[in-house]
Amino acid sequence: MRSAVAGLELLEPRSVNEALRMMRDRGPATPLAGATDLYVHLNSGTLKPRRFVNRWALDELRRIASKRDGLSIGALATFTDCLRSPLVRRRLPMLAAAAREVGGVQIQNRGTLGGNVANASPAGDALPVLAAAEALVVLRSTEGERRVPFSAFYTGYRSTVMRADELIVALEIPPVAGKQWFRKVGTRLAQAISKVVIAAVRDARPRIALGSVGPTVVRVPRTEEALASGASIEQARRILEAEIKPIDDIRSTAAYRRRVAGNLLACFWKETS
Amino acid sequence: MRVVGRKVERKEGRAKVTGAARYVDDLRMPGMLIGRTVRAPIACGELVGIKTELGGPGFTTVDFCDIPGKNVVSLIAEDQPCLVEREIRHAEEPVFLIAHESREALLEARVSLECRPGVPVFDPLASPRSFKDILIEKGDVAKGFAEAALIVEGEYRAGLQEHVSIEPNGVIAWPENGGIAVLGSLQCPYYVHRALMTLLALPPEKVRVCQAETGGGFGGKEEYPSMLAGHAALLALKSKRPVKIVYDREEEMAATTKRHPAIVRHRTGVAKDGRLVAQDIEVILDGGAYVTLSPVVLSRACIHAAGPYRCANVRIRGRAMFTNTVPNGAFRGFGAPQTQFAGEAHMDRIAEALGEDPVKLRETNALRPGDTTATGQRMHDDCSALEVLREAVKRTRFPEKRWKWKGTGRGIGLALFYHGAGFTGSGEVKLASKAALELTERGARILTGTTEMGQGQRTTHAQIVAEELGWPYEAIEVAEVDTARVPDSGPTVASRTCMIVGGILQACAKELKAKLGRLTPRAYLKRNGPLVVTKSYEHPGDVAWNDETYRGDAYGTFAWGCEVAELNVDPDTYEARLTKFTAVVEIGKAIHPVLAAGQVEGGAAQGIGYALLEEAILRDGRMANASMTNYIIPTTVDTPTIETVILERPYRHGPFGAKGVGELPVDGAAPAIVNALRHAGADIRRIPATPERIMEALCASR
Repeated sequence: MRSAVAGLELLEPRSVNEALRMMRDRGPATPLAGATDLYVHLNSGTLKPRRFVNRWALDELRRIASKRDGLSIGALATFTDCLRSPLVRRRLPMLAAAAREVGGVQIQNRGTLGGNVANASPAGDALPVLAAAEALVVLRSTEGERRVPFSAFYTGYRSTVMRADELIVALEIPPVAGKQWFRKVGTRLAQAISKVVIAAVRDARPRIALGSVGPTVVRVPRTEEALASGASIEQARRILEAEIKPIDDIRSTAAYRRRVAGNLLACFWKETS
Repeated sequence: MRVVGRKVERKEGRAKVTGAARYVDDLRMPGMLIGRTVRAPIACGELVGIKTELGGPGFTTVDFCDIPGKNVVSLIAEDQPCLVEREIRHAEEPVFLIAHESREALLEARVSLECRPGVPVFDPLASPRSFKDILIEKGDVAKGFAEAALIVEGEYRAGLQEHVSIEPNGVIAWPENGGIAVLGSLQCPYYVHRALMTLLALPPEKVRVCQAETGGGFGGKEEYPSMLAGHAALLALKSKRPVKIVYDREEEMAATTKRHPAIVRHRTGVAKDGRLVAQDIEVILDGGAYVTLSPVVLSRACIHAAGPYRCANVRIRGRAMFTNTVPNGAFRGFGAPQTQFAGEAHMDRIAEALGEDPVKLRETNALRPGDTTATGQRMHDDCSALEVLREAVKRTRFPEKRWKWKGTGRGIGLALFYHGAGFTGSGEVKLASKAALELTERGARILTGTTEMGQGQRTTHAQIVAEELGWPYEAIEVAEVDTARVPDSGPTVASRTCMIVGGILQACAKELKAKLGRLTPRAYLKRNGPLVVTKSYEHPGDVAWNDETYRGDAYGTFAWGCEVAELNVDPDTYEARLTKFTAVVEIGKAIHPVLAAGQVEGGAAQGIGYALLEEAILRDGRMANASMTNYIIPTTVDTPTIETVILERPYRHGPFGAKGVGELPVDGAAPAIVNALRHAGADIRRIPATPERIMEALCASR
């Protein structure tokens, strides 16, 4: 059953600074942007927060810009923005590929990269891309700004290092050398949630990240190390299958996720050789 | 023919396309309240107490004590309460009702149920209770097995499928005329009428049931609206105001009927030359917590279980079992998709065991005119099993692909099937349906209790009447369905709308034409006053059934189908990707070729979902994936190009030869796909064939 909305409060800041002050003074408040994840909870009656800060109108956070040879992507950049951006397509094609497979067009138009990160679902389609690209999460509060490496951002299932008074303002992506690769395996061919999702970079130091195979998006350092030191793909695959911790749930099984993750690793290796 | 067989404009097409059509959720009545249902949190046990914190004034509440008549949802058996009194038999069982003007207040009201849990039964094989047992016997299976050169056995399982019609269940009820009126999204207004008379202890004239524009049914609005209308009516009578209840998707999925899960076991004796000499089949359906329609679903399941084949010795045993789950009920195909999936998957295993081509095995055994089915029904000239098979094989270049694709990860498979149109056995005789035509200034108005739910009832009925009268299609109107104005034409189910009710309307048109003579409608009305012609169903003398022995003509006729699935299996993700789907059907006469093709495509798509994706997952008897995010139906990307071929061999008693078409196409998709998967190397005996199950099958055989 739907949640009642009458008791919910929506704060409407006109600038990032005003939003940060609201987060500090009128907390706890949950930032919302495209509201695509939030509406799922609203509809099924599982929405817990009562106060929200609507940051959808803060256009200053929507910019996708070149930063040295990398990228700075504003937290409010939508998936549509990402997949249309020539910069993203040139420098981070695996993000464009991921954006294209998020929900449907309507969700892509509303869903934001910052929201995908903040929602902290292990199935978030863009998260393996950010993990493999070694992105920095730019967090801002009234006290200032800090940059958290993506690998240190998540602390467990749906939990992050973000403080209650902080907002994600951008994702910074250092230059990515090497071939990029992305594959999502959903519950059907479109409008689907990931059962296994993988993003990887083929470099002297391969970087591989997976979603939906553990409580958070994960990098697989032992697998990466094995491939870097010249192990065969069969060896690497066995290491990967031991390194991830998938579970059985309503969307898939641990056995399927483990085996398919191994298959996808082999595809990545073959297709980027 | 001038009207029948033509692509005329749908009667309600413009209103639907322009958004002018009004569905229950669009409607608002003065002073209307919104209703909400409080449901059992456990699958089995006893209700001990109800605690309410409504949080304000203006609420109407109802429990079983407010029921003026019998606390039952009247259907085949009177075992299902409208509201729980003490015993809880399934999770989400309705217990308590509240209504308020404000939806927000309604959502914020807290009602908690105190329950004492019992020990539930979820496994139909472990259930101590059967709602219905059926035995069909022909010849002597023991003798047949003695003659067999080869015996093939197998067990097949089919999952729990949800209808997912685009509009969920919804009704508005209001006090009227010292009784009750209901407007709802529903298939069977007279089912609701009867249920309300029993629940509210009202005479027939004090209950009026109207159908709102209905956004799909598929059986999901066959028996369930009787429950929902009862709830809204109780709230309306107590509050003395109109009350609307519309389920959201989650409630629709979690609380309403679904397709019966099935376990089907086959033991088949085959002669050296491929002839079937014995078929021993066991059908077990999971009925859920109450009888609802399970006995008749089981009946159709069993009658279709042996498939469209000639075999001298057949035994079919069926049981519909009690479990502590939401009652399963009507769903397009009504038992036949489950058993024909099993039968057709089994046929390919027989072919494999014989080392024979699956097409040849079917050609050897397919029913031909003069042959008899398991119930002893003799086939007439419109028995088209071989025709649809041959057409499908030719169209798809089946043998060539079968040979070329072997071992490549691609697969092609087919299924041959049939579907009996109209109520099973003596059902149509017992229904004694009526329909009527009323003369208007411009032509005639159709009066029937049959409902339009997207399938094209209004259009095809108007075509039949226009053709018979020799009038233009536009001269025929279709009255809104309102039990105060239209006769009981029987439920809108069982692929009977066009064939059975269309037949009654054709008879009405014949009589109307005779009465008019050479007068125009306007002239007739001026001279003689109003004219309404009402006719009842007349059972054909050459169609006979015996309920006691379960022998005879189970249906007036069968429609026939052969579906072919072409697919590949992704070697990395084990996803089956359909590349082409072909449906060849023989349906007597396509009254409206586009609507008929639409039924075939829609049925195929629903069958594709059944085969590969759709499964309600129950945990402790509750649906764990009650949302469109996690109950996976195919999108257009998951559905391949569907080629539909319609063949016509007229049924001697159908209007212009028409047979039923609505359910047929859903019967063949799952076995065609499973057989294509077998061709691609995956031995699948359980649907849906999810990538997880395909992986298990492929990796087991490696």
